[in-house]
Amino acid sequence: MKARQKRLVLVGLALVGVAGATTLALSALQSNISYFFSPSQVMASEHPTDAVFRVGGLVVKDTLARQEDGLTVHFKVTDNAAVVPVSYTGILPDLFSEGQGVVAKGRIGTDGVFYAEEVLAKHDESYMPPEVADTLQTAHVDGIVEQTTGANTPRSATQ
Amino acid sequence: MTINWFKFASPAAFYPIAGRLIPWFGRVALALVLIGLFWGFFLTADQLGGSNPQKEYYRIIYVHVPAAWMSMWLYLVLAGWSAIGLVFNTRLSFMMAKAVAPTGAIFTFLALWTGALWGRPSWGTYWDWDPRLTSELLLFFLYIGYIALHSAIDDTRRADRAAALLAIVGLVMVPVIFLSINCPDPNQCAALHQRSDPGSIHLSILIPMLTMTLGLWSYSFAAVFARLRTIILTREADHAWVSDVIAKEATA
Repeated sequence: MKARQKRLVLVGLALVGVAGATTLALSALQSNISYFFSPSQVMASEHPTDAVFRVGGLVVKDTLARQEDGLTVHFKVTDNAAVVPVSYTGILPDLFSEGQGVVAKGRIGTDGVFYAEEVLAKHDESYMPPEVADTLQTAHVDGIVEQTTGANTPRSATQ
Repeated sequence: MTINWFKFASPAAFYPIAGRLIPWFGRVALALVLIGLFWGFFLTADQLGGSNPQKEYYRIIYVHVPAAWMSMWLYLVLAGWSAIGLVFNTRLSFMMAKAVAPTGAIFTFLALWTGALWGRPSWGTYWDWDPRLTSELLLFFLYIGYIALHSAIDDTRRADRAAALLAIVGLVMVPVIFLSINCPDPNQCAALHQRSDPGSIHLSILIPMLTMTLGLWSYSFAAVFARLRTIILTREADHAWVSDVIAKEATA
């Protein structure tokens, strides 16, 4: 084997090693990060009672209530299986709204309410001007209306 | 007709070619970046709609996303030249790798910095140990580590080899950054970056973003070639052709 071929094999082996390390890193990222818990896990009391952890999910619609001091907000977070009530004093991020994803960091009080020190909002992959997003929404609604009326017409014709 | 590509692998042959290419890449970069920035900052929608109602601050993506793409691409270039250098022992490959590193580090820093400025209003924090943020930070450390390791070893050939090995091992980070948002259910993960897909970006936003990317890419060529010429002159200082070049440039 020539010296150049030897080096090629060595670099090839290094790349195989790198690929293995990548696979391990990615599988580690996929498994749950230890201090993050879903509302279901919190309801099943899998969370730590004496340490700060994070809970994440969607803000339940019509649960956001601003308290009298003007800074404290109460809302509920769900993973579509369980619901955790959250209390937070501070300024909410811009992307925070009902129905959107959030991650809250804090601890559970004795009353079962999650007292958050920090509330982070998530964003999603759709980047559309408002007009386009509205048109898509209308087209979607129109499509549903069309589908339902289209399905009804032949039935009413046979009756 | 066959082109003898190995001819260009000689630093003496590539030095004048790089010199002729720099102004062209520089002009294209300036034009595309100015067009991209003006388009992105003034001619696009003032805010986003639908499920991602970001306000005016969303415009940071016209710098942030192209910089992040370039940070990953330039790392592939760095590792690629390092591997070629290790296998074929070609001098120019190592010089190319060394010339790419600072530009890659700058773009990684730019991506992290603009990301922090965007994250504060939208997510509510400058920094989070989100998988993508963390892996991008590690990429920045890899660039810095490559530069530091190279300058820590006095013997240029040994420095080239050691730093090249580090670059190849660090290749681990690029797919990790790229795939760090493959969370099956967003509500089960603490990750703030969500799955992204150019298909769900409206064309009026995507095209200025791609214009900026091409502009930054063109800038990278110009900056890397300029740095490469300095490296070539420094390393080949003992050769006769370098004295010829310097004599010619001194009279010009």
